[in-house]
Amino acid sequence: MAAPSAHAHAAHDERPYGWRRWLFSTNHKDIGTMYLIFALIAGIVGGLLSMAMRVELMEPGMQFFGNAEVFNVFVTAHGLIMVFFMVMPSTMGGFGNWMVPLMIGAPDMAFPRMNNISFWLVVAAFCLLVTSLFMPGAPGSSGAGPGWTVYAPLSTKGIPGPAMDFAILSLHLAGASSILGAINFITTIFNMRAPGMTLHKMPLFVWSVLVTGFLLLLSLPVLAGAITMLLTDRNFGTTFFDSAHGGDPLLWQHLFWFFGHPEVYILIVPGFGIVSQIVSTFSRKPIFGYLGMAYAMVAIGAIGFVVWAHHMYAAGISVNTQAYFVFATMVIAVPTGIKIFSWIATMWGGSLSFKTPMLWAIGFIFLFTVGGVTGVVLANAGVDRSFHDTYYVVAHFHYTMSIGAVFSIFGAWYYWFPKMWGYMYNETLGKLHFWLMFIGANLTFFPQHFLGLAGMPRRYADYPDAFTGWNYVSSIGSYVGFAGLLVFLFGIYYAFSRKVHAPANPWGAGATTLEWQVPSPPPFHTYETLPRIK
Amino acid sequence: MAILDRRLMLIAAGATLASGPALAGMGHPSPWQMGFQDAGSPIMEQITAFHNYVNFIIVLIALFVLALLVYVIVRFNEKRHPEPSRTAHNTMLEVVWTVVPVLILVAIAIPSFRLLFAQYDFPKADLTVTATGSQWFWTYEYPDQGISFASIMVQEDDLKPGQPRLLTADHNLVVPVNKNVIVQLKSTDVIHDFAVPSFGVKLDAVPGRLQKTWFRAEKTGMFYGQCSELCGRNHAFMPIAVQVVTEDEFNDWVTKQKASASLDATGKIAAAH
Repeated sequence: MAAPSAHAHAAHDERPYGWRRWLFSTNHKDIGTMYLIFALIAGIVGGLLSMAMRVELMEPGMQFFGNAEVFNVFVTAHGLIMVFFMVMPSTMGGFGNWMVPLMIGAPDMAFPRMNNISFWLVVAAFCLLVTSLFMPGAPGSSGAGPGWTVYAPLSTKGIPGPAMDFAILSLHLAGASSILGAINFITTIFNMRAPGMTLHKMPLFVWSVLVTGFLLLLSLPVLAGAITMLLTDRNFGTTFFDSAHGGDPLLWQHLFWFFGHPEVYILIVPGFGIVSQIVSTFSRKPIFGYLGMAYAMVAIGAIGFVVWAHHMYAAGISVNTQAYFVFATMVIAVPTGIKIFSWIATMWGGSLSFKTPMLWAIGFIFLFTVGGVTGVVLANAGVDRSFHDTYYVVAHFHYTMSIGAVFSIFGAWYYWFPKMWGYMYNETLGKLHFWLMFIGANLTFFPQHFLGLAGMPRRYADYPDAFTGWNYVSSIGSYVGFAGLLVFLFGIYYAFSRKVHAPANPWGAGATTLEWQVPSPPPFHTYETLPRIK
Repeated sequence: MAILDRRLMLIAAGATLASGPALAGMGHPSPWQMGFQDAGSPIMEQITAFHNYVNFIIVLIALFVLALLVYVIVRFNEKRHPEPSRTAHNTMLEVVWTVVPVLILVAIAIPSFRLLFAQYDFPKADLTVTATGSQWFWTYEYPDQGISFASIMVQEDDLKPGQPRLLTADHNLVVPVNKNVIVQLKSTDVIHDFAVPSFGVKLDAVPGRLQKTWFRAEKTGMFYGQCSELCGRNHAFMPIAVQVVTEDEFNDWVTKQKASASLDATGKIAAAH
């Protein structure tokens, strides 16, 4: 690229324009913006897939899907897209990129070019996954439908077509992207804090990104190894997961869940950080038990690595193995309880204002509690005998993920909207969005507890007629939630067309972190002189 | 037309709900059911008792958190409480909310381990059957009786009145009442899962492994379950239909099966492909 010499000598804050600004971006704010736009698009795709499933499940019999395998493909794509291309790109890629440098007083991320490749790899990964939907998969249908857990041998012998290989390569790229991103965050947080910003003064959102960075760094290489073995089993005649030739299908499950369980904390821990920032801001109080909150996240992350086989109680592992995993899993409830009670204690004695971000945060606290306590039930192998692979599990992880992680993302969106874009969002639309989602999500997922108790297995395209009632309610709930999504999109359009300019700190005395001291929106380069933290 | 019928059924079911809580049936799910299917084995009775206990605890915890949230929302909103306090520490409080959950977890763990070990306390077998999962049907063998047959879901158009859709199989797994049945599990292709909710039984059938579980049915009748590990296209269409009969009926059934040998089953498997 032959840049004119005048440009080479231009001022340091010279900014690129046009497509170069985005494709070649090394700016944490621009990359954060791209991640958020990407997550929004992927979230709409993943959301439409789930709507199609709820349309099918609204009534017994097959109405919408001609082939049940296509339903499995939708289940799989919904899970993979929401995990890898919606939640992770928005919490870590979007808000992490935008806010971590601003909150610790760093001019940018430690490795700006690596930041660029992290983003574009995730785009390529998404393209591969979407392509896989249209490739031949299981005999007679296109797309890969082994579920996001990709259990062998369904994922090896069960799906001979290239759709599965495309999905595996998609995960490779998404994993590489996340590992690079994790290295970037860890390095930035350890090395680029402004003078005086000690680890124990960092905002809890930065703590949450740090913990998540380590979870990514330690768990994703295991997934990468496992899916490489899957790829060679499928294409090059190895037999890692083939019991007929010295392999073992359960090896896949152990490897997958050694990644998979930390992965669910990767999805939710940044949400813990976000909720802490919001609750503190709108209570106008410092966070209660700051150190306890920070180290509770560290503890959740650490214990998260030694509980994986609680996903495998029905796989045939020995009773003593199950007993250990029951014990280890229950321990996680303790640091989680500390977080819930500390948020409430932060609000206690505060002066609460119920702006839209605070509604999402309070909704998160209660509904994450609901998802958390059903997790305590599921931790018990004895009763998980009845719940494993039923809708009770679906209800549990959607209360923590669909409500937990997604509510924290929407909370962060409204909380930092004025900061990122320089415009105020519309409170009425924001609150309408919240209430539609709150009602919709509860109506969708609470009845699924009953379906699970009654014994309805998950990943079913059709179900016995007795399950009709609660499935009907659940589908209605999902339509209400979808209406909320439309209000969300309209709210974005409305804010950007009204252009109500936001002050540097729209939230008042409660917003004490550094990002509120730079203008809204922040200049292209921030902290050219490092701030000093007392 | 079928959809219209289902709408009517839905309304009827809704009316049932309005008139009182829907009661669960044994061996099969019921419309608007909100709890477990009724227990048909001693293990499921224990699972139900343990779940009632834990469910009570978690509902209390969730309501406690909700009550605290409602209290702070009402008491500490900016209108009623314009000046926030600066309290950010209370060691006593932090110790309490760490120790109390630990005690609650211990109170859950003790009966939990008792239940878990009871499930793996295999009794002496009165009958051993082998269930083999294949895409997408089950094959049942009675090694001691020399019986073997495939069990395939009955399509909607072939159902007889009273037979539940998606749960009815052409050949039931027939077992005697009040006997310890050991179920050995195998698979010929991908992982399937043998589950019967009313018995509290659920175990994967993993290719290359021989796994076992057990149940002791306490009542005669039909007990339905469904494959509970994603196994491909017809995952939802390979039910487990267990028919519990008296010992005399079982012996008669065994005699008849031996007479007709397993020819029938072989024919059915061929037809399924």
